[in-house]
Amino acid sequence: MSTFYNRFSFRNSFKILPNGWDLIAFIFVLGMLAAFVWAGKQMSAPYQIGQTLALSLDPHQLPKYALFTVLRLFTAMAFSLLFTFTVGTLAAKNKRAASIIIPCIDILQSVPVIGLLSITIVGFIALFHGSRLGPEAAAIFAVFTAQVWNITLSFYQSLRSIPTELKEAADMFHLSAWQRFWRLDVPFSMPGLLWNMMMSMSGSWIFLIASESISVNNQTIVLPGVGSYLGLAISQASISGVIYTILTMFIVILLYDQLLFRPLLNWSKKFTFEQVSQEYVSRSWINILLEQTYILKYLGRFFGKLGDAIVNISFSKDIKKKVLTKKTSLNKSMGMIWYTSITLMVSISLWLLLHFILIHLSSHEIVHVFFLGFITALRIITIILIASIVWIPIGVFIGLNRRIAEWVQPIAQFLAAFPANVLFPVVVILILRYHLNIEIWSTPLLLLGTQWYILFNIIAGTAALPEDLKEASSNFGVKGWQWWRRLILPGIFPHWITGTITAIGGGWNMTILTEVISWGSTTLTATGLGAYIAKSTDAGDFPRVALGMAMMSLFVLVMNHLVWRPLYNLAQSRYRLD
Amino acid sequence: MNKKPIFTVKDISKSFKKAEQQELLVLDKVNFQLYEDEIVALLGKSGSGKSTLLRIISGLSNPSSGTVTYREQIVNGPVQGMAMVFQNFALLPWLTVLENVELGLEALRVPRDERRTRALKAIDIIGLDGFESAYPKELSGGMRQRVGFARALVINPDVLLMDEPFSALDVLTADNLKSDLLDLWEAKQTGTRGILFVTHNIEEAVLLANRVIVFDSDPGSIRAELTIDLPYPRTEQNPEFRKYVDQIYSLITRQMDERKKLLLKEQLPRITDIGYRLPDADISELTGLLETLDQVEYQGHVSLPELTESLHLDVDDLFPLTEVLDILGFAHVNNGELILTAAGKLFANADILERKKIFAAHLLRYVPLAKHIRQVLEERRTTGQRASRERFLNELEDYLSEKEAERVLRTVIDWGRYAELFAYANNTGMLSLENPN
Repeated sequence: MSTFYNRFSFRNSFKILPNGWDLIAFIFVLGMLAAFVWAGKQMSAPYQIGQTLALSLDPHQLPKYALFTVLRLFTAMAFSLLFTFTVGTLAAKNKRAASIIIPCIDILQSVPVIGLLSITIVGFIALFHGSRLGPEAAAIFAVFTAQVWNITLSFYQSLRSIPTELKEAADMFHLSAWQRFWRLDVPFSMPGLLWNMMMSMSGSWIFLIASESISVNNQTIVLPGVGSYLGLAISQASISGVIYTILTMFIVILLYDQLLFRPLLNWSKKFTFEQVSQEYVSRSWINILLEQTYILKYLGRFFGKLGDAIVNISFSKDIKKKVLTKKTSLNKSMGMIWYTSITLMVSISLWLLLHFILIHLSSHEIVHVFFLGFITALRIITIILIASIVWIPIGVFIGLNRRIAEWVQPIAQFLAAFPANVLFPVVVILILRYHLNIEIWSTPLLLLGTQWYILFNIIAGTAALPEDLKEASSNFGVKGWQWWRRLILPGIFPHWITGTITAIGGGWNMTILTEVISWGSTTLTATGLGAYIAKSTDAGDFPRVALGMAMMSLFVLVMNHLVWRPLYNLAQSRYRLD
Repeated sequence: MNKKPIFTVKDISKSFKKAEQQELLVLDKVNFQLYEDEIVALLGKSGSGKSTLLRIISGLSNPSSGTVTYREQIVNGPVQGMAMVFQNFALLPWLTVLENVELGLEALRVPRDERRTRALKAIDIIGLDGFESAYPKELSGGMRQRVGFARALVINPDVLLMDEPFSALDVLTADNLKSDLLDLWEAKQTGTRGILFVTHNIEEAVLLANRVIVFDSDPGSIRAELTIDLPYPRTEQNPEFRKYVDQIYSLITRQMDERKKLLLKEQLPRITDIGYRLPDADISELTGLLETLDQVEYQGHVSLPELTESLHLDVDDLFPLTEVLDILGFAHVNNGELILTAAGKLFANADILERKKIFAAHLLRYVPLAKHIRQVLEERRTTGQRASRERFLNELEDYLSEKEAERVLRTVIDWGRYAELFAYANNTGMLSLENPN
């Protein structure tokens, strides 16, 4: 590789003329822009409800569909960032706001909000009346709800962990709130933000089918895209369609990973707060390409100046002075009023929800749904255990070999984006042919959405084990089971817990996809809360959707408090390495 | 001489809330002024509230009562004209040296081009030429603190506040940076009219300051003021310099002696209370110090300045050790001298197991908290002689702040474990009499 770089080290000798790299970059950027503008135009074309949008299994249409899907994903991502920057900042700066926002986000990120979305669709359609933008906005909103929560949480947590001295320095040098946001808050949270954005992009592919077909007034609007293509392929039992989808996804994920996330990750290395310099920095080819071109470099300088101007926008002529306020008793009583009103509001809405459910449904059904929740919880925990048993040895092996880790990471990331739906044909055919039990054999589909979080974290945990601990154990001849029990398992425990908590959050979400499996005209349904919610959503049965979601939230909250939070605290206090 | 004050600190008190009704007083009615053209050092043990005072003066935090007046205006938030240099530099790692230095100018709405010129000049003055485009993580500690200085000086502050600016640096780097700072100050290259800095290093205070304010702790208050009338550059070998250092040492030890007298008059919590604020001292450090005292060259007594010098210890590190030796009856402090007792001599000459026995006996006799814990455990014969850490923590919190209670309990558990008076399991938080397994 080094010779490849060296060939271009003479680049400083010609500075004025654009070079070949410029041409490539120029064509490339223009092409991308044109494609997105075209897709944007299509997506805002006139549209009336009832009109069906053309969708076919012809693979030649797939590039177009992919373009639509990607545009939706990125628009949703832009809104996710906007939401994160406003709501996350509000939560971090205002304790009272945080006391509502954070628990809400906590619940929203582990229940399949997509089930509740049909309510919002009418609103979007009314907002963009007579335009395809209405359903498009609804689809983007659905993707947004699958992406946003963990990004906002990560931003909030980063803001809360900014070292006091940095905050004091910002105060001391009179940075305005705006300057402080761009100079301190955003850069400090950048690594976590980026990592969570990548996770969210993977996560939003999983719900692609659900977000690209929208039901309103008892009819379904299907928006052209990769997800709806896959949905069509599944309902027509077209194996080739599924394969084409996988191929398209592979190319699209590869493209945005290489063009966007690799360079961003590279760039974000300067934001890591550790004050040690890294001896080895891997570079992505797109960074290298950008460094070769003059026009882009010039553009870069232009954007640098622009960014500088944005950071230093002043909203008022004089420099605002921060005034320290003393805690007064008024302040205190305001707090009391605030918390009382929140408690009141929460109790009232809980009561309303219960009332709504009880009017329509019998208490017998509630007990039944509780039982369904129990079954689903059992399924998720089993899957987590299986995934751990399988992936811990593999993850440790990969983590110990840095070179393997480097190329496994992107592959695992691609696999994490895999919607469970693409495996439906395999599962349905196997179950039918061998007369398998659907209750048990639909469960492995859950692995698709959950195992990767465990694998990622185990690789990271093993790689983070201090070299001297490994050396000490081999020096004392620690081997075999003792090596696992004394060194590896305790060493990776905190990472395993983190991975498991994420996986379980994703697992609850996934159950609405994996407990009802269809292929062509065959539909197999397992017993469980996910199937209950999925069916009620399809039928537009709101009381049942509400009950299902409430039950899922309850399970998530109770399990978090009784099992995962204590384990997490144990991991942080006893097994932390520093 | 008619000196003009830059800022005036008047009756500043600060207390933190600990439990529901109790308040912990960290600063008690502090009064002083910083005049133009002087460097003042605030000298005191860590935890004496001097950093808190610095933050109140800078407007970063609020006093509970009292006022700070800066150039005829009352400080109630960060004011322009003051710049701060931080202990751990507080540089933004994602900005280059140049961008870091420009930060304060950006906030002052200085146009881009002027910003660059001024920042480059400050970088030049502080000796960072050639590092403009480097990121802080590429620099050594000393160079990073230079960036901290450049960032503070570029906004041309009226006053420079420094929070232990050299304590995170190694000795050579710190000396180098100090003399550069003094050169700048002497040459009047900046518009800075006064410097206030916080330190726990006596030599550092005498080296840099025109005036040293000695801080007393529990609660933080001004104990004494000393004008250092020596021309720059000062050297530590100069007898005059040594005289000032010795003077400050005896000021501080006198402070300890008086404290002891107060103890006898029962005006402060007595050592015999379980709520006595045991200082932090590590067993191996205590043992090491006793062994040093017993060495032939010292013959059982040594002056404190000599000791700090030969052991390369800060006052901050040394005083807790001498206090503990005093409490345990292994050594006494008298007129700035540390004197080994007979028990101390016995301990120094014993082997590992005997040492544990001696230590255990003294611990039970002189440290009521240790005795108390042992007694409680012995009384619990029926419940397996165990008690939770929380139990003692709650008891201590009647006397001490939550943080202090934790620290004191941690210290006494550490000593008790060494003396094999009781055992402690960290994951269950249980104290017990049984040995592990």
